[in-house]
Amino acid sequence: MSVFTPDIRAFVCHYTSQQSCAAGAEENMKADGFPANVRLERQVCTGKLQVSTLLKAFEDGADGVYVVGCPEDTCHNLMGSQRAAKRVLAVQKALTELGVEAERIEMFHLERGLHPEFISAAQNMDKRIRNLGPGPFKGE
Amino acid sequence: MIIAERKSIDEIMTMLTGVKRVLLLGCKGCVTVCSAGGEREVEILASLVRLGKKKSGESIEVIEGALTRQCDKEYIDSIDQWDGQYDAILSMACGVGVNFIANLRPDTPVFPAVNTTSFGGSQVQGVWSEQCAGCGNCILHLTGGLCPVARCAKSLMNGPCGGSQDGKCEIHSEIPCIWQHIHDRLQRLEKGESLKEIMPIRDWSTAGHGGPRRTIRDDLTV
Repeated sequence: MSVFTPDIRAFVCHYTSQQSCAAGAEENMKADGFPANVRLERQVCTGKLQVSTLLKAFEDGADGVYVVGCPEDTCHNLMGSQRAAKRVLAVQKALTELGVEAERIEMFHLERGLHPEFISAAQNMDKRIRNLGPGPFKGE
Repeated sequence: MIIAERKSIDEIMTMLTGVKRVLLLGCKGCVTVCSAGGEREVEILASLVRLGKKKSGESIEVIEGALTRQCDKEYIDSIDQWDGQYDAILSMACGVGVNFIANLRPDTPVFPAVNTTSFGGSQVQGVWSEQCAGCGNCILHLTGGLCPVARCAKSLMNGPCGGSQDGKCEIHSEIPCIWQHIHDRLQRLEKGESLKEIMPIRDWSTAGHGGPRRTIRDDLTV
């Protein structure tokens, strides 16, 4: 029986994803335990993310999606991460309406700069989606 | 403007049972302003419809489009550009738009993707409230510009009911009593005495109770 490796998309803001910008990022993040099956999509600010972008990730075959933005009350662009959180909530609501687990999408508010939570958020999401199993949208 | 809200995905997917190709048509008028059926909402609903079909092991082709408005024949005519490409139209316009498409495309199934709720506006970002009931007999000049037909839960004409408490409505306690507001405003405008004049029993025939209304301007018909 083949092991399920989830396809996870992470929409991350420039300020909270510094690990991915530093020299030698790929090797260092791998060494720190960043799951290889998480694909990063860097944004200038998660406030730019649209609901349609998050839904298209699922249409594109993602089993899980998460967003990483600045702390709620100290977003570099004032309210960007708060807007992103509302949009993630809208997608969670839509997934529930479709009879799909809302936990397949999540919002994380993390500190800016280099920090271990960036890695652990990815690991947590990977573990969660492995438990949930493949996404139900892979249809015919 | 007209305020609407998108229907549940369940209800929309039921409408699309057996539909293989759908033209999902937004409107750049009122429903764009209230974020219910503009181009952005078309993109979102198109994804949700495709995802919903995939989950059921089916597929559907969704053509996404948006008209300037769906309440004028000239704009509806632009649907011709998609002729032959769809089996049904799912309109995100208000009920007026759906009716216009049905009137002008008699052989095309057309479904409403939104519930049209009221005439109103946005006082705070993300919140839209009813301000007008379209009663056809405006008395706002007598009530300081605040409408008791739309904004009083009982549409009373001569002041608040006995249930008005601390400026709040007894039917919906989160809603202000509009008669309290009318009173306060007329007092501020030094027209409070006008409230002593009793408004007669209202003629509701202009409010649509006698069937659909028409407005004709002879000077504009050709």
